[in-house]
Amino acid sequence: MTLKQKKVVTAYTFLAVPIVFFLFVRFFPMVYSMAMSFTDWNLLKKNINFVGLNNYMKIFSDPVFVTSLFNSLKYILFGAPLVIIISLLMALLLNKIRKIQWLYRLLYVMPYITPMVAVSWVWRWMYQPLPLGVFNNALVALGMDVQPFLSSPSQALFCIVVTTVWVEFGYCVVIFLAGIQTIPEEYLEAARIDGASRWNITMKITVPLLRPITLFLVVTESIQFLRLFTQVYNMSFQGTGGPLDSTKPMALYIYHKAFVNFDMGVASSASFVLFLIIMFITFLQLRVFKDKVSY
Amino acid sequence: MKRVTLFLIFVCVLFTLSVSAKTTIVYWQYFYQTKVDTINQLIKEFEKLNPDIEVKQVTFPYENYNQKVAASVPAGIGPDVINLFYGWLPMYVNSGYLQELPKNEFSEKYFKDNFFPFVEESVKFNSKYYSVPTAVRTLALFWNKKLFKQAGLDPEKPPKTLTEAVEMAKILSKYDSKGNLLQAGFTMQPDGQHHHWIREVLVRQFGGTPYSTDNKKVLYDKTGAAGEVLKWYTDRITKDKIGYPGFLNDDVTAFKSQKAAMTIDGSFRIGTLNTVKDLEYGIAELPEHNGIKSNFASFWTHAITTNAQGERLTASIKFLKFITSKQAMELWLKNVGELPANPEIANKYSEDKLYGPFLKGLAYAHATFFADEVGQRNVILEAIDKVRLNNTDPSVAFKEAADKEQKILDDFWAAK
Repeated sequence: MTLKQKKVVTAYTFLAVPIVFFLFVRFFPMVYSMAMSFTDWNLLKKNINFVGLNNYMKIFSDPVFVTSLFNSLKYILFGAPLVIIISLLMALLLNKIRKIQWLYRLLYVMPYITPMVAVSWVWRWMYQPLPLGVFNNALVALGMDVQPFLSSPSQALFCIVVTTVWVEFGYCVVIFLAGIQTIPEEYLEAARIDGASRWNITMKITVPLLRPITLFLVVTESIQFLRLFTQVYNMSFQGTGGPLDSTKPMALYIYHKAFVNFDMGVASSASFVLFLIIMFITFLQLRVFKDKVSY
Repeated sequence: MKRVTLFLIFVCVLFTLSVSAKTTIVYWQYFYQTKVDTINQLIKEFEKLNPDIEVKQVTFPYENYNQKVAASVPAGIGPDVINLFYGWLPMYVNSGYLQELPKNEFSEKYFKDNFFPFVEESVKFNSKYYSVPTAVRTLALFWNKKLFKQAGLDPEKPPKTLTEAVEMAKILSKYDSKGNLLQAGFTMQPDGQHHHWIREVLVRQFGGTPYSTDNKKVLYDKTGAAGEVLKWYTDRITKDKIGYPGFLNDDVTAFKSQKAAMTIDGSFRIGTLNTVKDLEYGIAELPEHNGIKSNFASFWTHAITTNAQGERLTASIKFLKFITSKQAMELWLKNVGELPANPEIANKYSEDKLYGPFLKGLAYAHATFFADEVGQRNVILEAIDKVRLNNTDPSVAFKEAADKEQKILDDFWAAK
């Protein structure tokens, strides 16, 4: 064996480990679950029967599933743009600061590295009604009416969006900032020499050149909001996704079907639907952004 | 040389035989410190009496105990003796995971002589017995003596009727200048014990019957004053404002932090409350209404799974008998705070200051039949939310809940 061959073999051996892991821990269960979505598999039943598209008909006629589907869409529609816009703005501003930029970066990224369960419970307590909740106490101090927040079917979802944005924001700022700092200084200098205003430089040079980074964040954040689970599980009473299912995302619906009702067949079919939605949205975003990604 | 080898082999065989003559059985329950300690103590005594049996206790966190049990069903693994909530029994009996208790050891007479009637009814399926409990639980009214005193009420006189309870709760509730509740007169927490209270207590006090005797029909929307029940309950939240779901996060926190004057809870909460400094509380029987007393009883119960066969089955039966014996019940009351499942033992403590009101409640308690414990709880919670958040008419919401629950029961009985 030549040295070159040896190197190749070594490389493949090392690469095989993650591939085996991927096949058995990720890919196989995924395919298995897809197959199971066509059966009536229930953890407590001994035999499994093929039921065709029965489970899919079941979930689409279940009003709770339809609600959770729309909730998931609301999470992504409100959450993803909000976090992208806010963090882009903050990154642009932060780029102007030179002296203690590291401190800001550190502070912003703190929520992201805090365990989600802890974040959810702290926010849950802050949203509490009087006499406990910080927000309601602040509203009273300002002479305004108290708000029900998490106990209102119309506000609860947005309360969870805000918490999630707060968490994801730090991560997005850091990524955006890194992106801004890779933009060659010459472009900006040339623009300044040509007499471009600050606004024009930002809108015509910085933001367009950030497109690949934005694409990356839009895709990952959208998936993040679609897979929302921990926040809702911890911020709604007894993890139900309430009040009245108003905060229940698809992931929580799947969890309830699988691990409370032990109805694995139905849970698998709902997971497959979620999988298709994530795939569709990702392709759509790649399409929209791809044509315009350029340097 | 050969002889020596043969002798050694002989010794080895004898040794393994003597070791394997010891039967090992496995017992599962969820992790609750006092329960785990008590079972360990019982195991020690049991092994002393039965030196040929070894019992291993395995515990899991409460949060995923049911998942763990369910996952072990299809795999055919798991314990020989298992501790389950009585409300899960129908599900596990249906799945074929539990085996019928032998009639010679656990006869109908044995149950009728040694257990409360609701226990006998809840562990029987198709006239076969599947499990037997050590202890049972009921509900009672907890009141905060200090808050009673502050409000000018007699701290030694808890309310006796629902009407009295509401009147007192109004006096005990405190608000800010805008009418926001700062101290609850009564906790209104449906996802605590209140959904049981509504189903088995309020429905009966308003002249209704929650379910048919064969547990196949939901009747709470069709008997007695039906819609009035939910209206009475939700009016306390929306009109009287003596408390609301989620006040100080939950009822236990509110009562512990002395921000709620009265609450309804089980005897298992005594241990938690006793750890709170300067909380002076009393326990009374649930308030009556229209001269009717009722209570909700529940229990965790021990069953033998289909894994236990042959010698392990014999050992499991012996162990089951031992942990549900009269001595075990007394030990359980002392250590865990759950009430003896045997009326004879229970009566000994009926004048006890803490446990007395719970034990009196046992005499008129009912245990709901649960085909799907979580599902059936959720329909009641949803009905309450619909009334207080969406202004749905209480009788309509109650009817919808009953219809949904009927579907759960129908599905269960159809699958049988």
